[in-house]
Amino acid sequence: MPETLIPDLATPAGWLPVVFLGLMAIAMLAYVVLDGYDLGVGVLLRGEPEADRDRMIAAIGPFWDANETWLVLGVGLLLVAFPVAHGVILGALYAPVALMLAGLILRGVAFEFRVKSAPHHKGRWDFAFFAGSLTAAFAQGVMLGMLVTGFRNGPAEIAFALFIGACLVAGYALLGAGWLVIKTRGDLQLRAVRWARRSLGLTALGIAAVSVATPLVSQRVFDRWFQLPELVLLAPIPLATALLFFVAWRSLSRLPVRLSQGNEYGAWVPFASAVGIFVLAFYGLAYSLFPYLVIDRLTIWDAASAPESLWIILVGALVVMPVILGYSALSYWIFRGKAEALRYG
Amino acid sequence: MELDPILLARIQFAANITFHILFPTITIALGWVLLYFKLRFVATRDPKWMAAYMLWVKVFALSFALGVVSGITMSFQFGTNWPGFMETVGNIAGPLLAYEVLTAFFLEAVFIGIMLFGANRVPQWLHTLATFLVAFGTTMSAFWIMALNSWMQTPAGFEMRDGVAHATDWLAIVFNPSMPYRLGHMLLASGLTVAFLLAGISAWRWLRGDRGPDVRVALRTGLLIGALLAPTQAVVGDLHGLNTFEHQPAKIAAIEGVWQTERGAPLLLFALPDEEARENRLAIGIPNLASLILTHEWDGEIRGLDEFKGEHPPVAPVFWSFRVMVGVGLLMIAAAFWGLWATRRGRDPGRWLARGLVAMSFSGWVATVAGWYVAEIGRQPWLVHGVLRTADAAGDVPAALIGGSLAMYLALYVGLTIAYVLTVFRLAAKAGATASPAQPPSIEAPATGAPSHA
Repeated sequence: MPETLIPDLATPAGWLPVVFLGLMAIAMLAYVVLDGYDLGVGVLLRGEPEADRDRMIAAIGPFWDANETWLVLGVGLLLVAFPVAHGVILGALYAPVALMLAGLILRGVAFEFRVKSAPHHKGRWDFAFFAGSLTAAFAQGVMLGMLVTGFRNGPAEIAFALFIGACLVAGYALLGAGWLVIKTRGDLQLRAVRWARRSLGLTALGIAAVSVATPLVSQRVFDRWFQLPELVLLAPIPLATALLFFVAWRSLSRLPVRLSQGNEYGAWVPFASAVGIFVLAFYGLAYSLFPYLVIDRLTIWDAASAPESLWIILVGALVVMPVILGYSALSYWIFRGKAEALRYG
Repeated sequence: MELDPILLARIQFAANITFHILFPTITIALGWVLLYFKLRFVATRDPKWMAAYMLWVKVFALSFALGVVSGITMSFQFGTNWPGFMETVGNIAGPLLAYEVLTAFFLEAVFIGIMLFGANRVPQWLHTLATFLVAFGTTMSAFWIMALNSWMQTPAGFEMRDGVAHATDWLAIVFNPSMPYRLGHMLLASGLTVAFLLAGISAWRWLRGDRGPDVRVALRTGLLIGALLAPTQAVVGDLHGLNTFEHQPAKIAAIEGVWQTERGAPLLLFALPDEEARENRLAIGIPNLASLILTHEWDGEIRGLDEFKGEHPPVAPVFWSFRVMVGVGLLMIAAAFWGLWATRRGRDPGRWLARGLVAMSFSGWVATVAGWYVAEIGRQPWLVHGVLRTADAAGDVPAALIGGSLAMYLALYVGLTIAYVLTVFRLAAKAGATASPAQPPSIEAPATGAPSHA
């Protein structure tokens, strides 16, 4: 694939789409990691006793709304910076998008209804919370699978997308369990360690499957990874991913003893390594796809808005983004430490 | 039966946007009411203000969650249902939506966490500031979205190049000709919706024998806001109508049911517009009044629908939505003044007044949705007036797929709206059960049902 399709990067029409791709990627990555952990907590909710469900939800209560806003920003940037791709991608992903939205709606309202509707309905809303989280996580995995295979709808591609759906559920469960290890204590914390351990395998399989599928689908992606010197230069990405899986596994093996002695040392390691795994996997995928939004079909320059419109968004984004990061950090700092029962006032 | 995918896409989008607007309509104004309750409590230390805050902050949290999830759906349906919209006017709509996310969504989403759950983790001033920022965020959100919607009605500050809109003047785009009227109209609609929700729910508590000072103060606050805003809305609505008369005469012709251009057109109180025969049946009207209102002349000319043949909206839905909106508005003026008079200087509301207010608890929703139907159906066949037709913006998603997801969304929306209304009443009943006038409710009321001694 000739690289001449890249226009002159010294002109705004050349570099602005690259900058916006970067912004969109940051927003999407932030979304996957942040809403990933709270959707993961929702997936793990099923079958837990009521008091533990309350604690699990208290661990994500103050954050979920802002976490989900990154999705709006990510999709919003796709919409505003690459309007053509927004239509193509969301049109192709119509069914899983509808499913995901239904899941996110159920999950989001269940936060409120579970404690505000009649007490005997609480169990049902908690089930909606779980089902919504599971549906949203699964649908997002299916979308990833479909994106990787370039929206080809053969039986193999569909089976692959469904498999990636299951793997992303596991990946989010890993993040969610890691978050619970940090934010809870006691028996629930120990169970979270077990949940995290159980999620490792399928998460790894999913990443492996995407890594194998992308070069198979596209000769261009194959060449990007398996030529010299790229093969050597890029080797740290899969190696670091494998190392992080090992770190997470070792930490999860050791934590139960330490935590039951009341020693919190290293309680953040599973979550941090899970985040690292997601960042590396995301980076690898982004490297494969660039500069395409739809694999080997639509580049960021084909799909970009007019430069004058991108300029005005960029100015706003550069001014406002640091402020958003600042008050998001403030919120995490205010709600630091172990989760307590959520109370108004 | 052959299903038209464009029609299905429109029904789906209409269902979603109708469901969505219910909740911002409440949160925009309720945010400011909460700030008012909070500030009064800080200033007077009277626990009734905190008790009122505690109930209504729960309603706010519930409404906010519903607004967020239905809003996320919207951001996807722009692409799935109307790909042509962003392809044609993305250069204009994109930045407006981006600024909404950047200046409003994150602000609301982060500070609502602190507002709801942070009171005993942050100093009082920071909690009050968080409450202010949430209210400010909801209003900013309304500002940007009304700027975009107004631009779709009265586009300005752009030029077309190769079939794509390019921005030439951002101030003209944001402050386009109908924007100030439309924004004002919507903010007042939100204020009125909350006014009657406050009054209606408080009247319901009063009828149940729950007559603490917090009930009384919420009732009076609702009636006072209603009495201030309802007449203001009539004036702003009139100005908005004159603006539409200037920029979108076909919409006005549909609102007034004027088929042929005429001088001294009557104000129709009732009619059955007949699209086939292009005339009204069973019309009852007040002679010359429509001309007088719109042109300020006894026999001023109103251009009829025949001048816009094939270019005007379906008449009956616009005609009737408008009458529903105005009818509810007039009822609001009457109810607010009656209620304010009846409850003056500590008097109790009568039973019939209270029952009427209960019936009007969600009247703001009816008027707001009807008003949006006037604005949005009235803009048809255009998506962006004079620039892009709705039919040209639709995607090529198969009808079965849209139909299937539409059924899913509809079931969800109907179920959630019922659950919402029931839960608002339930919260009010619970507030009365826990709070007796002698003993104000604990600020520590649990928000997740978790044991409160944790």
